[in-house]
Amino acid sequence: MKKILVMGAGSAIAESTARLFAQRGDSLFLVGRKADVLESMCADLRVRGAKAVGMQVMDANDFGAHEAMLNGAETALGGLDTVLIAHGTLSDQQACQASVEQTLHELNTNGVSVVALLTRIAARFEQRRTGTIVVISSVAGDRGRQSNYVYGSAKALVTAFTSGLRQRLYPLGVAVITIKPGFVDTPMTAAFPKGALWAKPQQIANGIVSAVDRGSATVLYLPSFWRLIMFIIRSIPEAVFRKLKL
Amino acid sequence: MTVEIFTSWGNVIREPQESAPLPSRHADFPAAPALSSLLPYGNGRSYGDSCLNVGAGLIPTRSLDRFISLDVTSGLVTCEAGILFDEMFQVIMPAGWFVPVTPGTRFVTLGGAIANDVHGKNHHAVGTIGRYIVRFELLRSDGQRLICSPTENSGLFSATIGGLGLTGIITWAQLQLRRIAGPLMTVDTIRFANLDEFLRLQAESDREFEYTVAWVDCLGTGRQLGRGWFERANHSPTSAGLPQERPRGLNVPFAPPFSLVNAASLRVFNTLYYHRPRSQRGDRWFESYFYPLDSIGNWNRLYGPRGLYQYQCVIPDAAGREGTAALLNTIARSGQGSFLAVLKVFGALESPGMLSFPRKGLTLALDFPNRGQSLERLFAELDAIVRASGGRLYPAKDGRMPPELFREGFPRWREFTQYIDPRCSSSFWRRVMDGA
Repeated sequence: MKKILVMGAGSAIAESTARLFAQRGDSLFLVGRKADVLESMCADLRVRGAKAVGMQVMDANDFGAHEAMLNGAETALGGLDTVLIAHGTLSDQQACQASVEQTLHELNTNGVSVVALLTRIAARFEQRRTGTIVVISSVAGDRGRQSNYVYGSAKALVTAFTSGLRQRLYPLGVAVITIKPGFVDTPMTAAFPKGALWAKPQQIANGIVSAVDRGSATVLYLPSFWRLIMFIIRSIPEAVFRKLKL
Repeated sequence: MTVEIFTSWGNVIREPQESAPLPSRHADFPAAPALSSLLPYGNGRSYGDSCLNVGAGLIPTRSLDRFISLDVTSGLVTCEAGILFDEMFQVIMPAGWFVPVTPGTRFVTLGGAIANDVHGKNHHAVGTIGRYIVRFELLRSDGQRLICSPTENSGLFSATIGGLGLTGIITWAQLQLRRIAGPLMTVDTIRFANLDEFLRLQAESDREFEYTVAWVDCLGTGRQLGRGWFERANHSPTSAGLPQERPRGLNVPFAPPFSLVNAASLRVFNTLYYHRPRSQRGDRWFESYFYPLDSIGNWNRLYGPRGLYQYQCVIPDAAGREGTAALLNTIARSGQGSFLAVLKVFGALESPGMLSFPRKGLTLALDFPNRGQSLERLFAELDAIVRASGGRLYPAKDGRMPPELFREGFPRWREFTQYIDPRCSSSFWRRVMDGA
């Protein structure tokens, strides 16, 4: 039975994943911004079989609240062995270009707050020499594109940070897993027309749960065909890439 | 708001419609001032136009899929209305419970099951699902959230059961489940030679078997009229667990350029099916018993790009045998029938639903490839028989019935109109209200 902290629990990927954990009888502590969403999720996960469920309303950008939240989660669950960091917002690129405040806010939400949390969690897991940390990054972090490079650069920070953290914690038996989803059909992307490349949050959730079970400290593209797509995108020479409308 | 192509199961209508999302059950009724009306849309398993709102908007409800509570001792489940029966089963069946009534697919939402007051093979024993709905919350466009039950807001309760989504959004509902020992069904399969034999089998089975249904060869005429297979079943008292690995079904990935259901394939299939090996008794997984067609994903695509119509009517008891014989004769002569002609006896238990379809009598359901005019001529003949015997058609399956047939068949429609939410409408409703 795992004791799992879910950051950004209200996101579609996090909720789908939490349901799979609940069905197996794991315990979950949910953190998010909306109390009514967290409350209804708690009830749902209990019915689905979660052994224990707790919650806290917190904005990830409230860095000062992180330590107390982690203490609260450990108390509520009677320990902590797995963390899923899934919070984030899909930045409005146009609005960011017009506003420094907006840009910094998006970088904080999608990048810096993740780094702040990971620093505290790494310290705890490092001492205990056990644990699994799953972080949702994005294919958008693999190369900046004009259509969403603010979001992309925040995710690039997450990707690079988790890469280093994985090396540091691997010898200690702590697995850091970086998840890079492609296009996922969620409320966050409701405004986009959907094509063949789009995946359902349940598919991503299945990938996450099996990665946690394997305990494989690695980078995972979900669905896996995105590894090839992003390889190609990263391989385009800059002289060509700068002319593309991506 | 986004524009998407929404379809119903019949695939006859494929129109872009605006969708106005409802992010959670706590959210407000979508405003969408640019749209003339809105309609909750579950999983799109109605066959015709009752789940569509062409030229206006839909409110997709599948995202409302959370459980609220499950009392494992009393079998009372409360969950959001967009949850699929299939999703509910994952949780309730390991706890020893099953839905009291299920339609022929497990991919319907709970809200859709209520809005169509669905029935199953156990109608003669337990009635429709509306009888087991303890209460639900109805979100109206004026912002009201009303708890509806047989004692609270009882008018809206009764209008919403079978109310085709027109009374507002069902955000959550509470359902009384029924106990089961396990997922197995004990099934008897018996061949019958004609309609009278079917009625005799039904009469001798309806006390001891909770579930009864028959498959009829709709190409049989004369002495073979109404020949087919009778199935009667109960939940097995053995307590086997859920299968660990669900069998992977087939899928129809795209619609072939023409209907694979045609006169030649029908005759071969129906003849072979009728002459299958002799009667048998055995245990079957609930999925293969209740949902044989669910194992072929998107089977509706077999009917080609023009789609299919289903015709499901009920003939009241007094005219049941004669009416059904007349329908079968007419269909056999037309040669346009389908693989699946389903015949079932409805019982006398009444539903609270104002526009509920089932009533005591015989119900016949058939799928037809959409052949345009020639099919509509057949439907007109069938309509005349249904009308003459005082019967009616099932709105969940309908995409074409004449307005008068609806209004005669459902005489409480006038009373129903006072409960319609002023922001709600559907393609079906505008069609059957034409000229009213």
